[in-house]
Amino acid sequence: MNILKAKFKIHGGVHPKYRKELARNEETKRLPLPKILRISTTQHLGAPSKPVVKKGDYVKKYQLLAEAAGFISAPVHSPAAGTIKDIVAGTGATGTPISEIILETNTTSDEDLVGVFPTNDWNTLSPETILNRVREAGVVGAGGAGFPTYVKLSPPPGKEIQTLIINGAECEPYLTADYRLMMEHPKCLVEGIQIICKVLNVQDAHIAIEDNKPEAIELLSKYIKDNGIENIKIATLPTFYPQGAEKQQIFAVTGKQVPSGGLPSEVGVLVENTGTTVAIYNAVVKDLPFIERTTTVSGYGIENPSNVIAPLGTPYQDLIDFCGGAKDGVKKIISGGPMMGFAQATTETTTTKTTSGLLLLTAKEISQYESAPCISCGRCIAACPMNLMPAELSQFCEAEDFESAAANRVMDCMECGCCAFSCPAHRPLVQHFRTAKAFLRAQPKK
Amino acid sequence: MSEEQFYSVSSSPHVHSGASIHGIMRDVVIAMIPAFIAAVIFFGLDAVRLTVVCVASCVIFEYLSRRIMKRNQTISDLSAVITGMLLAYNLPPSFPTWMAIVGSFVAIVIAKQLFGGLGYNPFNPALAGRLFLFLSFAFAMSGNWTDWNYINADNIAAITGATPLGMLQESTGSISFLSSNSNILNLFLGRVNGCIGEVSSLALILGGIYLLWRKVITWHIPVAYIGTVAVFATILYVIDPTGNASPLFHLFSGGLMLGAIFMATDMVTSPTDKSGMLVFGIGCGLLTMIIRKWGSYPEGVSFSIFIMNAATPLLNRVCKPKMFGLKKGKA
Repeated sequence: MNILKAKFKIHGGVHPKYRKELARNEETKRLPLPKILRISTTQHLGAPSKPVVKKGDYVKKYQLLAEAAGFISAPVHSPAAGTIKDIVAGTGATGTPISEIILETNTTSDEDLVGVFPTNDWNTLSPETILNRVREAGVVGAGGAGFPTYVKLSPPPGKEIQTLIINGAECEPYLTADYRLMMEHPKCLVEGIQIICKVLNVQDAHIAIEDNKPEAIELLSKYIKDNGIENIKIATLPTFYPQGAEKQQIFAVTGKQVPSGGLPSEVGVLVENTGTTVAIYNAVVKDLPFIERTTTVSGYGIENPSNVIAPLGTPYQDLIDFCGGAKDGVKKIISGGPMMGFAQATTETTTTKTTSGLLLLTAKEISQYESAPCISCGRCIAACPMNLMPAELSQFCEAEDFESAAANRVMDCMECGCCAFSCPAHRPLVQHFRTAKAFLRAQPKK
Repeated sequence: MSEEQFYSVSSSPHVHSGASIHGIMRDVVIAMIPAFIAAVIFFGLDAVRLTVVCVASCVIFEYLSRRIMKRNQTISDLSAVITGMLLAYNLPPSFPTWMAIVGSFVAIVIAKQLFGGLGYNPFNPALAGRLFLFLSFAFAMSGNWTDWNYINADNIAAITGATPLGMLQESTGSISFLSSNSNILNLFLGRVNGCIGEVSSLALILGGIYLLWRKVITWHIPVAYIGTVAVFATILYVIDPTGNASPLFHLFSGGLMLGAIFMATDMVTSPTDKSGMLVFGIGCGLLTMIIRKWGSYPEGVSFSIFIMNAATPLLNRVCKPKMFGLKKGKA
């Protein structure tokens, strides 16, 4: 049997309404190339990429638009042939200022592209070549954080990775992009895993999937068995949020706790998102840069919930129109999932390498409350997967006592939102912690 | 979609479990209904009178104090209703109406709103009201009993003028008759003298089961509290069965069930973490038994919870969950 049950129970967590049925059975569709793409140079964690094109330039598909600006950074490539109209300041999905490369796509000759060099047998490539291809393709963590994959696949010397976990939990409600990927591209996923295993010299890989996706578990398990693959196992996880959080998932699968402030490599584990793994496969085998991704467009506010492959830089409005348009009564537009995603003030925002979902939510799906003082019910503590005391922390934050918040480990908060989700007083706990973290990060290190 | 459409923008999470303070308080009110029914059965219209007076005056005082302090209205969160019910449950049936109104004033205005309202009160408001009445109007609070359901050693009923714990306090000779099966059954059902809402352990336990099922409270405080009383009483009883009442007598008499299930579990005034809750419950249990056994008052539930309320901020500092990814010995 290649299906294992996760042995370790994570503390806390919540059971939001998943509403995955809206899009889970929608086969992935490709968005027709939009006329205008606005491609952000901040598609990843780390330094924004540096544009290498200028206004008026004609670019081919796959051509480099912006290069990595440092070790923790990633290049950005053109998703289509076209003309650079301008490079302007804009606002990213997280609300931060970004710079955008505006590309007017050449819809008549879409196939004007930079030559790519697919590999027949990636096994002949050296780990260095593979790493290079991953770096040059601009692959970053597609789960949300956007950490450059090349950096992740280069653990610091002395930190040996023994276990690879492929995160297929997709614990955010509504989102089904990773699920569709597992269902539609098991070969890319499994070969992507083998590529990572080769780079890191890892013998033991797990695909972690929540047990609310039995079809994906069955399909991948069968694929692995049919192809005689022995180093990959499926780890089924009980369904609850945040089962896909990196540290929690590592604990659930291996029983190891990543130390506070530390990286998974400190316990010999590496976690990659399913989307990232397929991007690695595309980069190494097909020599394709990361120029598009699957985004789940869902919510009760969209006419036809779908899973859509869209080029980077697609304005959200194009995705909404492609999915039949918005229904009446949309109250909130969210980039990502409802637990950790970012509310959007406009549909002009564009997709990036980390846009896992675009949700149009109606009044009955979202929460809008006035917050009340904490009644110390302890539900946030019961829900916190990091075992923090959100109630107390938020009171420190309200008093702007960020030192006490730091002493009580506010920096370990991953902003999963379980506390605020459970809070009967509707306190904006995550917002408090974000404020505290931003303040503390801005402080000079002692 | 019109051009002018505005979207709401706020920090994640964008969805919510639906839990609300109103919902929690409503569950507590529901959980207190069996005890109300028991109170009406045993004390008749006096139970209705006291409950109505306390609930109404608590709500009115809450409304007025929020209004005078120019703060948003909070009476819809039902917490004042609970305070009123709890206060009434802590009064003997003969208690004068005007005194009940004074108690409601102390509970809501002094113990709750002057501290900032729900969430900021260091002490359980109903408990503060009760203790104020207890110390100010000791005679009225000790009750004016007309009948006495206890059956003494010679099977002669009707010894008037005391609650079971008062009986225990005043007795000089052997008190083993208090622990007889028929008396314990009366205690459990509530056929005894006492405050209107505290007498029926059965009704209170039913309410407690409902609260546990609705996940409004966790088992930690009630079990630690009642368990400590049981262990303490058992030890005393084993040492001297004639001079001490049986553990069952201690469990079902006085305000223990009301205190352990409804007063000590008040979220605002008890620790938030489970380890703190256990310490809190054990502390309440020890203090209750010490006061019952050696104190000058027959009952110690109110005092012990009040004292542990004061210890709650300290317990919250000491008793914290072990953070994920933190090795032992590091803070």
